[in-house]
Amino acid sequence: MFHTALTSADLIFLAKGAGMTILVTAISVFIGTLLGIVFGVLRGQLGPIWFAPVTFVLDIFRSVPLLIQLVLANAFVGMVLRLHISGLTVACMVLSLYTAAYCTEIVRGGIHAVPATTRRAARSLGMSWLQDMRYIVLPLATRIALPSWIGLALGVMKDSALVYVVQVTELLKSTQILITRLQEPLFLLLICGAFYFIISFPLARFGGYLEKRWSND
Amino acid sequence: MIEIQNVHKSFGQLEVLKGIDLTVQKGEVVTVIGGSGSGKSTLLTCINGLEPIDKGKILVDGTEVHAKTTNLNKLRQKIGIVFQQWNAFPHLTVLENVTLAPRKVLGIGKAEAEAIAEKQLKHVGLGEKLSTYPTRLSGGQQQRMAIARALAMSPDYMLFDEVTSALDPQLVGEVLETLKMLAEEGMTMICVTHEMAFARDVSDRVAYFHKGIMAEIGAPDQLFNDPQHPETRKFLASVR
Ligand SMILES: Nc1ncnc2c1ncn2[C@@H]1O[C@H](COP(=O)(O)OP(=O)(O)O)[C@@H](O)[C@H]1O
Ligand SMILES: [Mg+2]
Repeated sequence: MFHTALTSADLIFLAKGAGMTILVTAISVFIGTLLGIVFGVLRGQLGPIWFAPVTFVLDIFRSVPLLIQLVLANAFVGMVLRLHISGLTVACMVLSLYTAAYCTEIVRGGIHAVPATTRRAARSLGMSWLQDMRYIVLPLATRIALPSWIGLALGVMKDSALVYVVQVTELLKSTQILITRLQEPLFLLLICGAFYFIISFPLARFGGYLEKRWSND
Repeated sequence: MIEIQNVHKSFGQLEVLKGIDLTVQKGEVVTVIGGSGSGKSTLLTCINGLEPIDKGKILVDGTEVHAKTTNLNKLRQKIGIVFQQWNAFPHLTVLENVTLAPRKVLGIGKAEAEAIAEKQLKHVGLGEKLSTYPTRLSGGQQQRMAIARALAMSPDYMLFDEVTSALDPQLVGEVLETLKMLAEEGMTMICVTHEMAFARDVSDRVAYFHKGIMAEIGAPDQLFNDPQHPETRKFLASVR
């Protein structure tokens, strides 16, 4: 018979870790997506040359491993700026920018995929640039970019496991704490994986649902 | 009245319009014919300010299109344009395609905009397709929807750029019928077209464009039966 020392209190402890994972992911994806939209639209308006400085900074966020970004950002905030900011805030700031860096590319690609002739038709009806963006370009770009964006959000959720380095006890860290105490690594990792799946599944399904609905257009 | 005065326009080194002069009176139907690359489309996109010009000026009801002080979004409300590619907004239903600009640009309420749109869609024979998405329509239907969309803004002028060129041959007739109907209702129109029979039928005047120049303009009878310019003769012989 299978026996485990895992108690319901431990499960609640894991659930709290999962809650932290959801919180960090939700905040970062939300802020990162807003920034990504702003940067993606600006990139289209300013052109690659004027936007180059921002592209350069975003490239740094995309190419330096997240773990290093977190450690450096934490050290910078604490030792250089001498601010007392919680690890959670640092984690959300770094992950938001990390998300924004990827999201900018997704938004740029989505906007670029809207045919120039469609936009010209909108403008020729007297729509302003903003109205064209609001009613034509962004809705169409959203449909094009949605699968990549879902992929990004799921990726950020898994990458958020790294925020333990700034003292945020999210799902994976909670699991490790229990592993150290209970010495049942495989069973606990199985449960941890199940938690991740339960968090991801609705998002993936929601994306599938939207894609299906929009494909009827 | 649309007044085009000595308009020059280049894309980089390529001079596409080399001094065009043309005045279109209220209620007049002018068709523009000519070889590919002669600058016909460019002229239309200059008239509603989608393209800047290098020299000369274009006046629409006395407003200079390319003056810095001109509010182009406002000016475009009275100049409808329909392109060769029908450019439906694919995420909106047929009805929404047509109500969008009246609602957002003119600020008309939803019910009134829908009434206007329904009237225009019925007018072009799409009264049964209001809640359909454009991708479910044939090319000819999409093109007629684009015409209704432009008409819903109650424009004073309509510009048509080869609106039948991308259609299957059997769908050309229905769109030309729609244009003919508009012409008969007194709409002021400039139509770029390759349909010579149509041009002969609906035009008050026909203009022949050749390499950025308006080589000849005249009543359809005169231009088709007794062309003055050698290039016009060559062109007409090639399309007959
Ligand atoms: N946006 C553009 N950029 C560069 N060249 C263009 C552009 N639009 C049109 N042209 C060129 O200008 C010329 C005239 O084009 P157009 O006005 O479309 O001719 P038409 O409609 O008579 O076939 C063509 O040689 C075309 O390649
Ligand atoms: Mg053309």
